[in-house]
Amino acid sequence: MAETARRISALEGRAYQGPGIALNPAAPASRLSLRAPEASLAALSKALGLILPRKPKTTAESGKRAALWLGPDEWLLIDEGGADLTVLCAKASALHSAVDISHRNTAILVAGEHTEDVLGAGCPQALSLARFPIGAASRTVFGKAEVVLWRIAEDAFRIECWRSFSYYVFSLLEKAAREV
Amino acid sequence: MLLIHCPYCEEERPELEFRHAGEAHIARPENIAEISDEEFQRYFFIRANPKGVTFERWRHMHGCGRFFNAARDTVSDRFLMTYMAGEPKPDLGKAGGGAVRSASRKGTPA
Ligand SMILES: [Zn+2]
Repeated sequence: MAETARRISALEGRAYQGPGIALNPAAPASRLSLRAPEASLAALSKALGLILPRKPKTTAESGKRAALWLGPDEWLLIDEGGADLTVLCAKASALHSAVDISHRNTAILVAGEHTEDVLGAGCPQALSLARFPIGAASRTVFGKAEVVLWRIAEDAFRIECWRSFSYYVFSLLEKAAREV
Repeated sequence: MLLIHCPYCEEERPELEFRHAGEAHIARPENIAEISDEEFQRYFFIRANPKGVTFERWRHMHGCGRFFNAARDTVSDRFLMTYMAGEPKPDLGKAGGGAVRSASRKGTPA
């Protein structure tokens, strides 16, 4: 009998749907933690096929790939097409540090008219559309876990978290979602 | 909850994202192997710990990850100002009494 390995997501089988709120695990994606000085950004942007954003709390997207500004020399890259981002970065000879974190992180999609309220149950940041516009992203905390928030639509956020925290983050989201 | 202005993120963020990191503007002696035990003690252990305005290092641990400096009043817990690491200790005569503000906007595009 042939034995085959099956990839199981950290949040396999979890989902919640309530009035005005839906919680779903995001599809698998490749991810990269990129650190680089200002002088390397042009070469890395060319290698990655998008312009690495320099402004705090902003993102850049190209097709299924996105770069999220996390700090003055730090970006989180997410590619839902599954591209090997370390190979792309290796094409740039400019100084940088690129660490594949595809399996360190997982993501939860929060959508619906109550999204801000549900996130507000665990996140102390201002999440109004004026303070956290569409396309904005930020590292922050959700309950006791560190997360990266990315507003992908007026009423939808992507929450990137470490996979070992994902059960806790999903459970806290679900608890809040049941009470809005 | 306190809101602290991060000079790198260029906005006020909740205190839960930050960690205190000790007194600011303490320079490590360049001849550290040669100084006396008493001099090392003064550098390594002795802190001002004033009642009133103090200058501290803070880190935006769960944000941009950067260390920066802040002037804070230990009586009112009010942040008088924050500024980027490496900048000189500011003259609070000009900035005192304000809310949370950054001393500098340079370094990152607006
Ligand atoms: Zn910051």
